[in-house]
Amino acid sequence: MAAIDGPLELTAGDEIQVRNPLGTFRRPTATTGWRSWFTTVDHKKIGIMYGASALVFLAIGGLEALLIRAQLAQPNGQVLSPEAYNQAFTMHGTTMVFFVIMPLLAAFSNYLIPLQIGARDVAFPRLNALSFWIFIGAGLFVYSGVLMGHIPDNGWFNYAPNSGLSYSPGHGIDFWDFGLQIAGIASLVGAVNLIVTCLNMRAPGMTLMRMPIFTWMALVSQFLLLFAIPVITVALFLLMFDRLFGGNFFVVDQGADPLLWQHMFWIFGHPEVYILILPAFGIISEVIPVFARKPLFGYPFMVFSGIAIGFMGWGVWAHHMFASGAGPVTVAAFSLSTMFIAVPTGVKIFNWIGTLWGGKLRFTAAMMFAVALVSQFTIGGLSGVTHSVAPADTQQTDTYYIVAHFHYVLFGGSLFGIFAGFYFYWPKIFGRFLSERLGKLHFWLWFIGFNLTFGPMHILGLQGQPRRTSTYAAGMGWDLMNLLSTIGSFIIAIGFLVFIYNVVASRKNVLDNPDPWDARTLEWGTASPPPAHNYDVEPSATHLDEWWHRKYETDDRGKLRRRDKIEYLSDPNFDASSVHLPSPSYWPIIVAAGLPLVAYGLIFTYWLAALGGLLVVGGLFGWGFEPSVDPDAGHGHDDAPGHAPSPEPEPVAVGAGAEES
Amino acid sequence: MSATTEDTELVHAPTAHTEGHHTSTGVSNEKMGMWAFLGSECLLFGGLISTFLLLRGKGVVRGPQVKDLYDIPFTSVSSFVLLMSSLTMVLALSAVQRGLHRRARVWLLATALFGLVFVSGQVYEFTTFYKEGLGFSTNLQSSAFYVLTGFHGVHVTIGILMLISLFFMSLRGNLPTEKSETVEIIGLYWHFVDVVWILIFTVVYLIQ
Amino acid sequence: MSAAAAPTTAHEETVHGAGHAHPGDGKYVQIAIILGVITAAEVATYYVDLGVALIPILMVMMVVKFGIVAGFFMHLKFDTPLFRRLFVAGIVLAVAVYLAFLASMQYFGNDTTSEINRHSLGVPTTELT
Repeated sequence: MAAIDGPLELTAGDEIQVRNPLGTFRRPTATTGWRSWFTTVDHKKIGIMYGASALVFLAIGGLEALLIRAQLAQPNGQVLSPEAYNQAFTMHGTTMVFFVIMPLLAAFSNYLIPLQIGARDVAFPRLNALSFWIFIGAGLFVYSGVLMGHIPDNGWFNYAPNSGLSYSPGHGIDFWDFGLQIAGIASLVGAVNLIVTCLNMRAPGMTLMRMPIFTWMALVSQFLLLFAIPVITVALFLLMFDRLFGGNFFVVDQGADPLLWQHMFWIFGHPEVYILILPAFGIISEVIPVFARKPLFGYPFMVFSGIAIGFMGWGVWAHHMFASGAGPVTVAAFSLSTMFIAVPTGVKIFNWIGTLWGGKLRFTAAMMFAVALVSQFTIGGLSGVTHSVAPADTQQTDTYYIVAHFHYVLFGGSLFGIFAGFYFYWPKIFGRFLSERLGKLHFWLWFIGFNLTFGPMHILGLQGQPRRTSTYAAGMGWDLMNLLSTIGSFIIAIGFLVFIYNVVASRKNVLDNPDPWDARTLEWGTASPPPAHNYDVEPSATHLDEWWHRKYETDDRGKLRRRDKIEYLSDPNFDASSVHLPSPSYWPIIVAAGLPLVAYGLIFTYWLAALGGLLVVGGLFGWGFEPSVDPDAGHGHDDAPGHAPSPEPEPVAVGAGAEES
Repeated sequence: MSATTEDTELVHAPTAHTEGHHTSTGVSNEKMGMWAFLGSECLLFGGLISTFLLLRGKGVVRGPQVKDLYDIPFTSVSSFVLLMSSLTMVLALSAVQRGLHRRARVWLLATALFGLVFVSGQVYEFTTFYKEGLGFSTNLQSSAFYVLTGFHGVHVTIGILMLISLFFMSLRGNLPTEKSETVEIIGLYWHFVDVVWILIFTVVYLIQ
Repeated sequence: MSAAAAPTTAHEETVHGAGHAHPGDGKYVQIAIILGVITAAEVATYYVDLGVALIPILMVMMVVKFGIVAGFFMHLKFDTPLFRRLFVAGIVLAVAVYLAFLASMQYFGNDTTSEINRHSLGVPTTELT
């Protein structure tokens, strides 16, 4: 069949160069082995890679935290110099926010969204691979700077004018700046991709209000990313011009106002907080109903409170700046809006409690992490409300009270939620159980360690210990609390090691049932781990908690009973060769490799930037002319005629896919 | 291969494949993706425009003010050219949709040329400003002005590259009517860039 | 989702039906002429002293041009409301957030008490002109 039968004067031959773009190399075909991971466009593999790399960054960021705590264990600590201390807390914050929690949530979003909505893949599988590789490039780029001694030291918020050339010579800030710009591209691409996936790739019958709650929360957070990333990009962009090209945006001598950066950063920064927490809320909203054996209490309220948080999250940013002299009107307005945002968050907390209430609770490791999130996030949320009261906040600003607060929401909240997700979804993803015994040990170590580390910080903060200060004198009354805090942090580290051991040891705990928790959502209806094509036949949904309804029915007397026969949504004997899946591609990793080169180039030598630019542009062209589904890959089709196949994304912009068998 | 030839034919019928896969909302992924991206771009340009407004309000320590250097008649002409490129863009799309490929190529090329005229105008403007003593580092306003308009110029340049790619795709017969959506999506980007210039022209140049 | 279950015919309708709804070339040219006229009017304000009315007049013309290009050239008027929502979400958010931002940076006039606050914090606030 001719490649294209267009009504054109100049019809090219059958085999246009579309097959082998630029004639450089053949399209990758491997689906197993190490090479397949570099070229994969499978959302599940990409999700696993996000998770694995984020865990590596978690270990690194954790080590930085231990350094900080070791320095602060006693007054007049000598572990780190003041310079090294600044670098440690900067890298700790940056790593944990951008290279740990965000990618961990991206891991869950990538892995789960297509499965939960009954799709075969995301809307743009190659863009998905691109986001991942760009993220990896960003992480490696920032840490390559660290290895070269160019370490940022201005905090993760990087306030102006301290970030300018006169106060921060050297390239540390440049590496930070470019690293986050690159990571931002990854998040933006991912956001577009996942938003389109949620809206457009749903299985028949999967209406918006039947979408699993995790997918909903992830969708809201992708919208937040979509709109927040450009704001930080502008700020980073201006800073880049200041530092590398002689711009004046944050140069006070020229009349610049340092508040410009603060506003830009927190306009991004506050939605970012919800980006970090909402998917974690989503995860535990999946975990709690399963282990309470009840449907999620008030699903529509959960959805709309999530959306409300997403909206209101845009109107509270200046509460990070109450001490900066923003003016009474600004302070009053943002103070009020901040108090209001506690309402939808409270709705969520009540709904979780309502779900637990009267449930047949099973305290698995996942459930324990989830319940811990509810309580710890509530503590963090309450201390957050105290920040919204501007006079109190002026007292708390830049003290350990703030540190305690955001660790309660980001560690006690996000990270606990993510680990609930690990214990819950591990069997789904790998077909292996994490040991419950070790999991509970991990939980208790973290629960105790976490509260021991960050609980005392509330008191330290109210006693006036300033954050971002490398040491303190003896006799301030801070010694004991700091020591407790340091002990707690090492307990957390031990807990993490237990988790790692659990992961390694889990190889033997093979699953005998793809649905070990008797769960509710579609993804548990397919095999564990799911086959590459997710579902043999595109599932259709008739209920919220579709899988539950496929397993249980009410009998004549209205009592719930398990159906006699349950049909799983994938069969090991299924002939997968008939399914039409997007083919692997080299282009995402090539394009992604160009971006750090551009950044090195702009910092050190423009030649490298030109090379990187060529790689990006060339890669995009190669990408554009490569069909998303390899025409050479053997495939037929299992769907009935007219029932179009599920996810067959097209080349992004300049697409010229030749379709033939 | 289990599939029969007949199956394959059905599956690969051009309409089933090239455009508008069946999706939950009935619209194509690519187009929705582009709209989401444009929504995101609003915040990007919004940030740059607000930064410019803010820094312009602060006056200058040294060097000329940007507003003293504006050549309004010149910028008006280049703004008009960019505006008209939106017309040629939409005409190109309409031609592709109706299968008039030769005409589509003319319009695509015209759009790219108009874009090029605009970018050249910007380069000329920048050089003139520079000669009149307004370097990038001269003062707050100059940094903000060059970054905002330059960033827009980069967007136009990317658009031109995509338009030229479309032109060559069409020339090689890779842009049949079934693929008109590709033109439409790139058109969306192009119109958006034009719309941003409508804002910039008013807010940056005309309101001082 | 009815669309999901719909056979190929319905799907073809979406693809081609959208094309029919779009205005013809003549209409596009008319729209462009309107845009051109508005632009000419905008430029004309530069040479006429309109006093305080200048900014509102220019803003209205800008919004009208924006609307026309987005509505007709970008087909928002004819396409699915979903696209409009995505785009309008971005615009509304951008306008709201950046207006609040400019307001708190005292772009629209001074909040005098804050000047005092900032003096006491040693932050430079001098208007340099």
